[in-house]
Amino acid sequence: MNETPAHYTRTAIALHWVLALMIFIAFPVGLYMVDLRLSPEKLQLYSWHKWAGIAILVLALIRLLWRATHRPPALPASMKRIEQIAAHAAHHLLYVLMIAVPLVGWMMSSAKGFPVVWFGLVPLPDLVSKNKELGDLLGEVHELLAWGMALIVIAHAAAAIKHHFLARDGILARMLPFLK
Amino acid sequence: MKRLMTAFVAAALAMPATAVEYGTVDHAKSSLSFTSKQMGVPVDGKFSKFKVTLSFDPAKPQAAVAGFDLDVASIDAGSQEANDEVVGKQWFNVKQFPTASFKSSSVKALGGNRFEVSGPLTIKGKTLNISAPFTYKADGKNGVFDGAFVLKRLPYGIGEGPWADTSTVADEIQIKFHIVAAAK
Repeated sequence: MNETPAHYTRTAIALHWVLALMIFIAFPVGLYMVDLRLSPEKLQLYSWHKWAGIAILVLALIRLLWRATHRPPALPASMKRIEQIAAHAAHHLLYVLMIAVPLVGWMMSSAKGFPVVWFGLVPLPDLVSKNKELGDLLGEVHELLAWGMALIVIAHAAAAIKHHFLARDGILARMLPFLK
Repeated sequence: MKRLMTAFVAAALAMPATAVEYGTVDHAKSSLSFTSKQMGVPVDGKFSKFKVTLSFDPAKPQAAVAGFDLDVASIDAGSQEANDEVVGKQWFNVKQFPTASFKSSSVKALGGNRFEVSGPLTIKGKTLNISAPFTYKADGKNGVFDGAFVLKRLPYGIGEGPWADTSTVADEIQIKFHIVAAAK
């Protein structure tokens, strides 16, 4: 087995933060837009949310490919076994959700009879045919998964902060090199 | 034998169409649908209640007349939310203008099985002339008419106020009609 590197690649760091920023915008926009009365603003927000979602899906797939071909640095040996398991589980779940949340959103859009046209330019295929009941169900699943993702993101960020200020093991600096 | 068959088919095709004047519209088989564009996304819709009157003899297309009355409230604009919105004042104002109607003023042959119908179309109390190309084909005892044209919504005031912004909902609405009619 190759030795694990001491750092994340610059590409891995860039993908992490670009995805974090996009998810941080797409999630509250999604929460806000659903309860709006139908208006041009609502249609615009829905489109922007879907464009961001597809971009997140594409970037998450690129990131997954990058992760599969570039070994990340190992967790510090000072971490307890249970902490290491929790960290790995959270990372795996975040990868699954970064793909599942936009994918279910895309399916919901298809089921509701609204094709996704990426950036208003690239028509994407419908993943399922129009079906109101399925669309409503997928909407529930999309929201539930997004909330689940929000909780894991909070835990993930809280752990990073704890490592930085309490454990002082330099974990956060691996993703934020200027902290070094 | 084969040659005889070919000759027979050729003769049958060359025979002038028997004079038939279509006029009994089968509304269950006919449809009136449209596609709007919202943020570049095509969204399909349709009207379920309309009454088409038609008189069309393929041998004398210039004598044809066609028209329809449409129950605007029967619209399906693609979602319940949209259906609730488009009957309102800024869109179709269905309370004041429950019916949209068309009456042909001319039908002309474009060659082959293609024709064009023109005439005044009234929506939301505004009347404007439109033209729509259509095709005709015989299907057993029925005549089948298929047409499509682009209707601009803004001249009719369909989508006023904030909805007049065409960067969200495009001005051009693609309209499609499919009419099945038996002989009179």
